[in-house]
Amino acid sequence: MCLGIPGQITAITNAETLMANVNVSGVVREVNIACIVDDEHAPEQCVGDWVLVHVGFAMSRIDEDEAQRTLQILQELGEVEEELNAMRASA
Amino acid sequence: MKFVDEFRDTEKARTLQSAIHRLAQQIEPRLQRPLQIMEFCGGHTHTIFRYGIEQMLPDCIEMVHGPGCPVCVLPMGRVDDCVALAERPEVIFTTCGDAMRVPGSKKSLLQAKAEGADVRMVYSPLDALNIARRNPQREVIFFGLGFETTMPSTALTVLQAEREGISNFSLFCNHLVTPPTIKAVLDDPDMKLDGFLAPGHVAMVIGERAFDFIAQDYGKALVITGFEPLDILNALWMLLQQLAEGRHQVENQYTRVVNADGNQQALAAIHRVFAVRPLFELRGLGTIDEIGVCMTDDYAAFDAERKFGVPNVTTVDPEACQCGQVVKGLIKPWDCGIFGTQCNPENPMGALMVSSEGACAAYFNHGYGGRP
Repeated sequence: MCLGIPGQITAITNAETLMANVNVSGVVREVNIACIVDDEHAPEQCVGDWVLVHVGFAMSRIDEDEAQRTLQILQELGEVEEELNAMRASA
Repeated sequence: MKFVDEFRDTEKARTLQSAIHRLAQQIEPRLQRPLQIMEFCGGHTHTIFRYGIEQMLPDCIEMVHGPGCPVCVLPMGRVDDCVALAERPEVIFTTCGDAMRVPGSKKSLLQAKAEGADVRMVYSPLDALNIARRNPQREVIFFGLGFETTMPSTALTVLQAEREGISNFSLFCNHLVTPPTIKAVLDDPDMKLDGFLAPGHVAMVIGERAFDFIAQDYGKALVITGFEPLDILNALWMLLQQLAEGRHQVENQYTRVVNADGNQQALAAIHRVFAVRPLFELRGLGTIDEIGVCMTDDYAAFDAERKFGVPNVTTVDPEACQCGQVVKGLIKPWDCGIFGTQCNPENPMGALMVSSEGACAAYFNHGYGGRP
C-alpha cells in the first residue's frame, strides 16, 4: 500500500496539469508531478530528476547526495566491524 | 535499479547484523525482558518478512508488527458501505487492488463484482478520473484508503476534477492519520514498547517533526526509515544505539526522501480537501477520536458519502479475534485461539489476516503455522 518505486523524469507532457513521463526500469508512464514542483523547481527543471513514484504521482525527489551519505556510513561501519572482528580473532 | 539495489547489498547487511548483535550484547544484561520494537507500517512488516530480518536479530529483540496496514484496520461496516455504493446501477466503483478481497459482513468487492457490480481495479486515482471523463453518463467513485502516504494523490485528483469541472467523480474517503493511531497504541496501559521504526513514506508527507511527541511526551526512541532491507537494519542499529545510551529521540535514517517539515505541496492539497473526522473506527483498536479524515464542506460535491449516502452499519468483529492485543504487542499471532485454524488468509476472521501486510497473514504465509 505504502511502497514507492524510483524513476527518472524524462519529459514534461503537460506543464499546465503538471504531468510528466517517468522512466521506471525501462517502463515509461505518465505521472503527476504537483508534489515536486515549487518556486525553486519549475516543471521543465524537473527533467532528469530521480523521484519516488507512488500510485501515479511523483511524491518526492530522491536526494542522491543523502543516499550516498547513508551508504558511506554503512561502508565505514563495515571497516570498523572488520577491524573489531580481526582484533577478536587475535585476542 | 538505482536507489534500490544499493540498499539490498548483502555485505552491508552482514555488517549491520554484526553491529546490532554487538550493541544487543551491551544492552542485554540490563534487560528484564526482550526489547519490544514496533514497526508501525505494513510496508515495513512486508520487508521484514520478505528478507527474513527477524531471523537476523538477536533473541533479546522482539519485533511488534503495528496497525499501519490500512486494508487490515478497515472496519467490515466500511466494506459493506463500499459494496452498497458499488451495487448502485449508475456507479462505476474504482479501487486499488489491495481492497478487492477484504471481506465485508456479507461480501467483498470482488464478490460484488462477480455478482454484476461494476467494480474496476485501477493503479492510480488519476485512472479513476480518466474513467469519469470517458463515461460522463455514469458516476465514478474512487475508494480512498490509506494513511498520509496516499492522501496527497487522492486530494490532488479531487482538485484536478474540480479544475476540469468533472462532476461525475467522487471519493469514498477512508483515509487515516498516523500520529493519533500511534498515540492510541501508546495510551494502552499494558503497552511495553521500547521504540519505533516510523513509516518513511508517511514521514515524507508529514515530516520528521510530526513524530516529536513520541519522544518528548512518551519518552520512546524512534527512527524514521525506508523500505529496503538495509534501511530497516540501519534503523534498528540506530534505535539500539539510542537504547544503549539511554536516549529517546526522533532520528531519520531515510534522509534521501524525508525532511523535517514534510512535503508542503502535498500538505497544502491535503488541508484543502480533507478535515479531521471526529470519530472513526479501526478494526482491532476500536473507535478513536480524530484518527481519520473526511472531506471539507468546500468539496462536499466530490464526497461520495454525502452524494449518495451509505448504510453506515456498525459491524462487530468475532469475539474470538485478538487482533487488538497483537497490534499492541501484548500477544504473538500464534497465541490467538483461532490463528491458522478458523482464521487464515483464505478465510480471514480478524483484521490482521486480511492483507498480506497484516501481522497474522505475514506469520501464516511465512510458515509460522503455530508457535515455533
